[in-house]
Amino acid sequence: MDDNIRELVDRLLEGDRRAAARLITLVEEGPSTAREVVEALHPYTGHAYIVGITGLPGSGKSTLLDKLITLARREGLKVGVIAVDPTSPFTGGAILGDRIRMQRHSTDPGVFIRSMATRGSLGGLARATDDAVKVLDAYGCDVIFVETVGVGQTEVDIVKTADTVVLVTVPGLGDDVQAIKAGLMEIADVFVINKADREGVEMTYMEIKMVIEFERERWAKSGWEPPVVSTVAFTLSGVRPLWEAIKKHEEFLKSSGKLMEKRRKRVEEEVKRIAIGKVREAMESRLMDEDISSVVNAVLERRIGPYSAADVLMRKAGISV
Amino acid sequence: MVERSKVRIVIAKPGLDGHDRGAKVVARALRDAGYEVIYTGIRQTPEQIVETVVQEDAAVLGISILSGAHMVLIPKILRMLEERGLKPNEDIVVFVGGIIPPDDAEELKKLGVAEVFGPGTPLSKTIEFVDRAVSKLKRFQESNG
Repeated sequence: MDDNIRELVDRLLEGDRRAAARLITLVEEGPSTAREVVEALHPYTGHAYIVGITGLPGSGKSTLLDKLITLARREGLKVGVIAVDPTSPFTGGAILGDRIRMQRHSTDPGVFIRSMATRGSLGGLARATDDAVKVLDAYGCDVIFVETVGVGQTEVDIVKTADTVVLVTVPGLGDDVQAIKAGLMEIADVFVINKADREGVEMTYMEIKMVIEFERERWAKSGWEPPVVSTVAFTLSGVRPLWEAIKKHEEFLKSSGKLMEKRRKRVEEEVKRIAIGKVREAMESRLMDEDISSVVNAVLERRIGPYSAADVLMRKAGISV
Repeated sequence: MVERSKVRIVIAKPGLDGHDRGAKVVARALRDAGYEVIYTGIRQTPEQIVETVVQEDAAVLGISILSGAHMVLIPKILRMLEERGLKPNEDIVVFVGGIIPPDDAEELKKLGVAEVFGPGTPLSKTIEFVDRAVSKLKRFQESNG
């Protein structure tokens, strides 16, 4: 299959799975291919509802997701899944194993599952995850689940990507609940205590409720107090309360106008991020080594200060402030 | 050489064979060499494997099979890949690991399997093979894009 992007997008809109897969690869490839793809797809996006599933490794996210997919399919929804796993900082490689627990859905034409490696990004998602979501949105998915490892203050990319953020914990974590507290717990829309057939559920429930109580002001302002849902991911009935909570949050966001607010903010952040990236690119490509070393010498010799030096560089790069 | 971190490899175990240690060892070795490896788990049907290859846009498919059912399952997988427009050695590299008698290995290679690795194959050999084989794929030719 040729990598003619226009052709791939046409096929994508007709529901061609290979085109969808190929386009996701292209957005991962790099900024220039990503740009071409995203600009071509953009008019066809905006329909899908995005659910982020995050939590510590081993909390059962993938197994929960497996059941959520079934529940969504039973309602006739087309489902997309992006499962993100970390790239090894030492080797640059990755093992993407989340799909194992959802494999029975691979052959369902109404489900598209893609694994992604973070490839060096630090926030819990890959740089290309947002763009991959757009591909699946244009492909026709009604709901897109993005699964990732989330641990605390650094892994919060998911909040910027998802409409509903689900944080999955398990009973008896103790210190780990403390660890997740700063960061993720402040921004989750639905809390889950998975493996609720184990001991320690009440205690974990109380700990989470305490955090929610602590953040009461924030929830009161937003109008949504996050529910704490117990699940046992082995059975559909064990996961149904989570599915209901997600739908309730979606309903709340839509009826209160907050969904539009969120998406507006998301677009603003994305456009700003791309613009800042382009400024950085411009500076890197337009400045010669001599330009930089001459201002560095001037600063070291105390002829000019660092701020003036920066002004010189910006002028040289053709960027006016 | 093709940048390994941009090469996605599906490692799959078809059929009723539950012996997955070999597959996992190879998967880890490929990860340590810098590849992105999608491991499907055991008991996959040919349909599930082919769908996974399509959705993950994989350049390489490694099939691990020790149960003896290879002459039924692998040709079926190859056929289904072709039906989806994926030609072996042009669009995708297919290799096999496990217990495969030499005559069957020859037969499989005629059908499009690029290489068959038996027990005791050094991991370095597998990695070298993948490096070489992917460089021949259409998608990694300089003229593309």
